[in-house]
Amino acid sequence: MLDLGELWRYRELLGVLVRRDLKVRYKQTVIGVAWVILRPLASMAIFTLVFGMLVRVPSDGYPYALFVFSALLPWTYFSGAVLLSGNSLVSSSGLVGKVSFPRLIIPVAAVAGGLVDLCISVAVLLAILPVFGVGWTMNLLAVPILALGIIMAALGVGTLFSALTVAYRDFGHLAGFALQIWMYLTPVVYPESLIPERWRFLLLANPMAALVEGFRAAFLGKPFDFGAIAVSLALSAAVFAAGVAYFGKVERRFADII
Amino acid sequence: MPAIRVQNLSKEYVIGGRPRAHETFREMLADAFLSPYRRYRRLGGDASREERFFALKDVSFEIAPGEVVGIIGRNGAGKSTLLKVLSGITEPTAGRVELTGRTSSLLEVGTGFHQDLTGRENIFLNGALLGMSQAEIREKFDDIVAFSEVEKFLDTPVKHYSSGMYVRLAFAVAAHLEPEILIVDEVLAVGDAKFQQKCLGKMEDAARSGRTVLLVSHNMTAVRSLCSRAIWLDSGSIVMDGDAGAVSAAYLESNAKIALEQIWENPDTAPGNDRIRIHRVSIGPDGEGSTGGLSVATPLRLAFEFWNRAPSAQLNLSMVLYDIHNVCIFNSFSEPRPYPEGLVRGICHIPGNLLNDAKYRVRLLIVEDTSVPLVDLDSLAFFEIRETERPGKWYGKWVGVIRPRLEWETECLSPIGK
Repeated sequence: MLDLGELWRYRELLGVLVRRDLKVRYKQTVIGVAWVILRPLASMAIFTLVFGMLVRVPSDGYPYALFVFSALLPWTYFSGAVLLSGNSLVSSSGLVGKVSFPRLIIPVAAVAGGLVDLCISVAVLLAILPVFGVGWTMNLLAVPILALGIIMAALGVGTLFSALTVAYRDFGHLAGFALQIWMYLTPVVYPESLIPERWRFLLLANPMAALVEGFRAAFLGKPFDFGAIAVSLALSAAVFAAGVAYFGKVERRFADII
Repeated sequence: MPAIRVQNLSKEYVIGGRPRAHETFREMLADAFLSPYRRYRRLGGDASREERFFALKDVSFEIAPGEVVGIIGRNGAGKSTLLKVLSGITEPTAGRVELTGRTSSLLEVGTGFHQDLTGRENIFLNGALLGMSQAEIREKFDDIVAFSEVEKFLDTPVKHYSSGMYVRLAFAVAAHLEPEILIVDEVLAVGDAKFQQKCLGKMEDAARSGRTVLLVSHNMTAVRSLCSRAIWLDSGSIVMDGDAGAVSAAYLESNAKIALEQIWENPDTAPGNDRIRIHRVSIGPDGEGSTGGLSVATPLRLAFEFWNRAPSAQLNLSMVLYDIHNVCIFNSFSEPRPYPEGLVRGICHIPGNLLNDAKYRVRLLIVEDTSVPLVDLDSLAFFEIRETERPGKWYGKWVGVIRPRLEWETECLSPIGK
């Protein structure tokens, strides 16, 4: 099972791996870290064009660009973290086969690395909110708690995928479109209010739904659905525990089968 | 209390490294529905007898603190598996391992180096992977850099390093590990002579400072000079455990006894064709009563027997020797002459101190009238020349396609100051 003391002893390695990934990501690029700002802005523009202007998806009365951006922040972080950590073990097979350290650090580092991008994106959103005439509210104080829920969900799903991918490379292929489907099951490009009220409870099965809506409420100053958020936080914690437990159960075999 | 205690250790692998029967998720799902029990057993590592083999079989030993022990044995003997189990990278199938003290293992030089990062960044990354704290690395940073001799390129990405620089930097980080137990796999084979000397010096320091060191090496000279004790593994079991000199001598002796001979009994199916069929090939040491193996110093005798059904022709045997990189070492042939129909033998003598320690491939042609090859057997035989005991302090790979011992004359022509 999971050896927390061992994990603590290697905490510096986590920091080193995160820093490595960050450094490597923008080496040999011309505009470097600017990509962190450009990427979410570009997807905001694309989604605004397609869903806001062409399909005319309703956006609860807010500018669609803000509406989609505030939900894309947590979603982009989540899907990026799951994809990266899902592949992380296989892409560091050299380390797994030759060095002894708690394997959990590898997928966790992948999930942690995305947090820097998330923070920068949050800053960008905070900066453009007033441009659209939306003020900052006390709701923003909930962002760290909501982010915690998303981090837990990402860690749970990411570690699960990383462990499964070691044995069955299928999951490397599966993860990409599973996340795409998941995104459309989550109110990212459309508002929760688009779903008929009597079916809305189904969204509770998807912890990302209330958390993403929560992000939106935090930035746009809408009222929170506290009940749904509480359920989703608990569900995220359960996903986290399940993913890490499965990982702990199978990690002893990694070096033999990777 | 021993630093390392290994009790009845076994490690079983499913051949191919993973259960082949469900390599894809679809197969696993199908399997899951068709036969949950079989799947359950297989996921639990319970493959059938033929699919598995023991990399380690009931290995037990104890190593006292401060002992420096060499693990020797042929390729595939289980040495690396043993180190992997001891370092906690892989779990034993059965048995127990107890390590008392902070352990670091170095199974590969430069694991975790990232091509796009600079030398400086890689020192911190690699150090952390090997279990050093960042403070410890900062403290030893200057020593590491000085040891590696790459000061000038510290801020260059390592992908632009020469392989020598890369290895030096990687070893420099590892050399500054200060664990109580150090586990090292065959790392003396890297770098140039000067650097190897430095690495050996570091290892000697580690041994002298009371650290427990366990190292795998193919290099008996290094094992004898560094280790007090050696453990010889073969096919996953301990053959001999004791004084490094005695064990390495016994190991070299056993290698020597492997005779290379292949016989084809049936003249209809043996390699060749209707006119020539090979009967027997043997490669061994030359000379009467010679029991020594094929080392660099050994004169060799390569004997080829064939059935001749081309009685009227002038025949000669032509042997071409290649190394494993398919570099042709030489071609040598016998005097052309006619042979009667029947079994013919040709023997080629290769003097000692000519071939280097390497693996060789023998190609044999039997040529009619010095121009028409009747048979051309591309890979008739393989043999390996092993390192011989050699004087001096350098243990590295001897470069060169061949390794002749040539005569040298040296003299002092005019001393300074006269």
